[in-house]
Amino acid sequence: MLYREAGDFKTTYVADSQTFPLKLDRIGFWVTMAVAWLVIPFVINDYWASSLLVPFLIYAIAAIGLNILTGYCGQVSLGTGGFMAVGAYACYKLMTSFPDINIMIHIVLAGGITAIVGAAFGLPSLRIKGFYLAVATLAAQFFLVWLFNKVAWFYNYSASGQINAPERLVAGVAVTGPSTPAWAQYLICLFFVTLCALIARNLTRGTIGRSWMAIRDMDIAAEIIGVNPLKAKLTAFAVSSFFVGIAGALFFSVYLGAVEVGEVFGIQKSFLVLFMIIIGGLGSIFGSFAGAAFLVLLPVALKWIGVDVMGWPTDLVAHFQLVIVGALIMFFLIKEPHGLAQLWRLAKEKLRLWPFPY
Amino acid sequence: MTADATPYVTEDGRQIGGVMMDLRDITLRFGGVEAIKSISFDIREGEIRAIIGPNGAGKSSMLNVISGFYKPQEGEVHFRGKKRPPMRPYQVARQGVARTFQNIALFEGMSVLDNIMTGRMGHIKSNMLAQAIWAGKAQREENENREAVERIIDFLEIQAIRKTPVGRLPYGLKKRVELARALAAEPDLLLLDEPMAGMNVEEKEDMSRFILDVNDEFGTTIALIEHDMGVVMDLSDRVVVMDYGRKIGDGTPDEVRNNQEVIDAYLGVAHD
Amino acid sequence: MSADFLYGIEVVLNGLMAGVLYALVALGFVLIYKASGIFNYAQGVMALFSALTLAGIMSGQVPFAHLINAIFGTDIHYFGWNVPVLAAIILTLVVMVIFAWCVQRFVFRHLVGQEPIILFMATIGLAYFLEGVGDLMWGSDIKTLAVGLPQGGSLWVEDATSGLGGDDFYGFFIDKLDMVATVVAIILVAGLIAFSQYTKQGRAMRAVADDHQAALSVGISLNFIWVLVWSLAGLVALVAGIMWGAKSGVQFSLSLIALKALPVLMLGGFTSIPGAIVGGLIIGVGEKLFEYLIGAPFLGGATENWFAYVLALLFLVFRPQGLFGERIIERV
Repeated sequence: MLYREAGDFKTTYVADSQTFPLKLDRIGFWVTMAVAWLVIPFVINDYWASSLLVPFLIYAIAAIGLNILTGYCGQVSLGTGGFMAVGAYACYKLMTSFPDINIMIHIVLAGGITAIVGAAFGLPSLRIKGFYLAVATLAAQFFLVWLFNKVAWFYNYSASGQINAPERLVAGVAVTGPSTPAWAQYLICLFFVTLCALIARNLTRGTIGRSWMAIRDMDIAAEIIGVNPLKAKLTAFAVSSFFVGIAGALFFSVYLGAVEVGEVFGIQKSFLVLFMIIIGGLGSIFGSFAGAAFLVLLPVALKWIGVDVMGWPTDLVAHFQLVIVGALIMFFLIKEPHGLAQLWRLAKEKLRLWPFPY
Repeated sequence: MTADATPYVTEDGRQIGGVMMDLRDITLRFGGVEAIKSISFDIREGEIRAIIGPNGAGKSSMLNVISGFYKPQEGEVHFRGKKRPPMRPYQVARQGVARTFQNIALFEGMSVLDNIMTGRMGHIKSNMLAQAIWAGKAQREENENREAVERIIDFLEIQAIRKTPVGRLPYGLKKRVELARALAAEPDLLLLDEPMAGMNVEEKEDMSRFILDVNDEFGTTIALIEHDMGVVMDLSDRVVVMDYGRKIGDGTPDEVRNNQEVIDAYLGVAHD
Repeated sequence: MSADFLYGIEVVLNGLMAGVLYALVALGFVLIYKASGIFNYAQGVMALFSALTLAGIMSGQVPFAHLINAIFGTDIHYFGWNVPVLAAIILTLVVMVIFAWCVQRFVFRHLVGQEPIILFMATIGLAYFLEGVGDLMWGSDIKTLAVGLPQGGSLWVEDATSGLGGDDFYGFFIDKLDMVATVVAIILVAGLIAFSQYTKQGRAMRAVADDHQAALSVGISLNFIWVLVWSLAGLVALVAGIMWGAKSGVQFSLSLIALKALPVLMLGGFTSIPGAIVGGLIIGVGEKLFEYLIGAPFLGGATENWFAYVLALLFLVFRPQGLFGERIIERV
């Protein structure tokens, strides 16, 4: 009965275009933020950070990035892994070349470099569309991984071909390197997630976002009514890659600490992030979070059920995971192309009207 | 052919100015097929210009040429007295040419409000960084655009559906939203591709009223394609008749109605 | 003739052979795409799955043995018999037809009329699903596929060409398996073309490819045609699976040949069978030559990973419809 818009009048256009039009949603949002910022950092331990929360936050950034490109602008990319690698290697080169500069700046710069690379690989999108483009982004994926594998300059000529994150401090606390406390890992990721989500939200509800969606829904008509397709597509590629690059930088420097490019940023990663936005919901920021949470939780949950409860061997559970993920993708595409976010929205719409069905 | 371009005032008191858009010897080919064969006509400031003709006559192709989507192989487009250089469709749109489409081309995944807001694309000056922060200039601009859009929403009487996703609307309303999106651009020249196709009499009357009001209140020049002869004859100041890519008639509704070639090709057979 | 030049020719010849195999996989894509507009990413996994199934049936493996053992605590692995090659191939084909029916019935029937990109993403899901099922059924260990195809280099070719380049040149090294694969691929392509040109089902298939609704209105069963093309794609996948499986064992990497076929399709156009063949040959020769002339000496090698994609990408920017695709006139 409480969750409704009756009586919640808007008197300005500013109030009308805010993120959470309903009061209860706004309260829910601030409670979530308070818990994320003020409660979790004090109770988090290594297991929760490394197996759930930190990967969830980082994947959420990557998913927001891909969602901007695919969900909002309609350009399917299979190069997410490659672009994450750009972010990771840019961050590594910056960290080792300019050790005195704050790591936070490095991470943002890594995002910026990825944005430039992403926009360059986005250029063909002006000529080719649909899955031709999807396949073309595979060129980025394979080329970038090969590049970071073969050109020794990128990994500072280390014998193993790996890159290792040196220890860096923010406000006197290590955020990268082996001695990083779990809460610091968590907080730095949370900071970037909050920042990225905010930027993404602002861009998608404004002019740029509308030009992306116009291109997605009907590109020819969009151009005829005045959307510059070059600008719309390239900004989508750049903004998307910016987020994906930040995710890659965090994934390497904060989460893993050491990276072998083919293993960590291979094509499987591209698919994983794509699956997150399909399951979570194309064209939804909230869906990016939902999808990331779902696919980070799923293997942990399956492992718990399969290995710990049922006592099955791990490889059998891994096979089941493939089957389940594949089936879920097909299920969501058939039943609910807007993913978990849409299910959530429908539930809320029902709730608004409750207890009256219409 | 076009008479001299001296401004005059119509019977119902509207100002008709000089030539706004002049199409000269336009020829458009797709492979071996000539969709438009050396057609010339002009559109004058403030008038309602109709393009009629049987199916496949090349009318929609003509609109596509005007809005820059098709590039004619021969001929010139003159806009406001200057030859138009080759430009992309969005640049044409930003010069003040807006249009609607024969098969509704709304953005199905967006709300009515967002659809109409995209029409304001040419009026945005704030950059991406400002939009990312959503403060200052970007927000001010968003509000100004919103006000302009709300005026059009009021004008077309679609207040109740502003937040509805376009995909859920019935056909007639979609047509109206598409008109709203074109109007949001505050165009000088409005191209309407069969604005009343598939509508019932009542909806046609509504749409006719809107078209006349737009022309009257905003002084917008309108070029429209329409099959309903009654509507065309009532609305338009001058009519171009096309058949098989050629122009077979051009003049006031009365002149066209009495043109033997037009009667043979179109009116006599196609309509009552 | 100098030995270097002759080695160059050898590289081209080997590239052509590899290209034939790429073309073979690409052909599976084209078949499904033409008839249903689905760009089937799972084609590679279908090749893996069919090869796994063939190897499993031949060696008398119990399907889902791993799973059964885990649930019931049993310890079964093999039936204890070996199935002859031909019978095993036929059984595998039956499995592929059942698979085709299931795919049509449970997935794509519900996605009719969706946008191509949604269908494409669904096939990525299908690829994951099928890979998981294949692993569950037959286990994920590497299997050898001994169907009696010849192995190793052809001594006959080597002997016949040995004197050509003076003393430094020992003759062309050409894999016998590649030669067999080429012959099989040519027969398969000829057979498919004959099927689509001269049989009733083939004509129906082409009609569906042209226009779904028109085909439906003259009484062609879309469902049947789609099951048919998925089955044919299964057949092509099986052949590709046998060839690649015999070459390098049946393992996960086999499914990656799908990725190799994608640039072939971009080059040749998604709807053209000759395009798939020519595209396959161009990619095969191009990547081998590039590696031989530029990649290995100057770029540190392994350029085969991306060369095909970059070539296809550059090509597409200048000719978006591919070599043989039809130019699309856009309308509003």
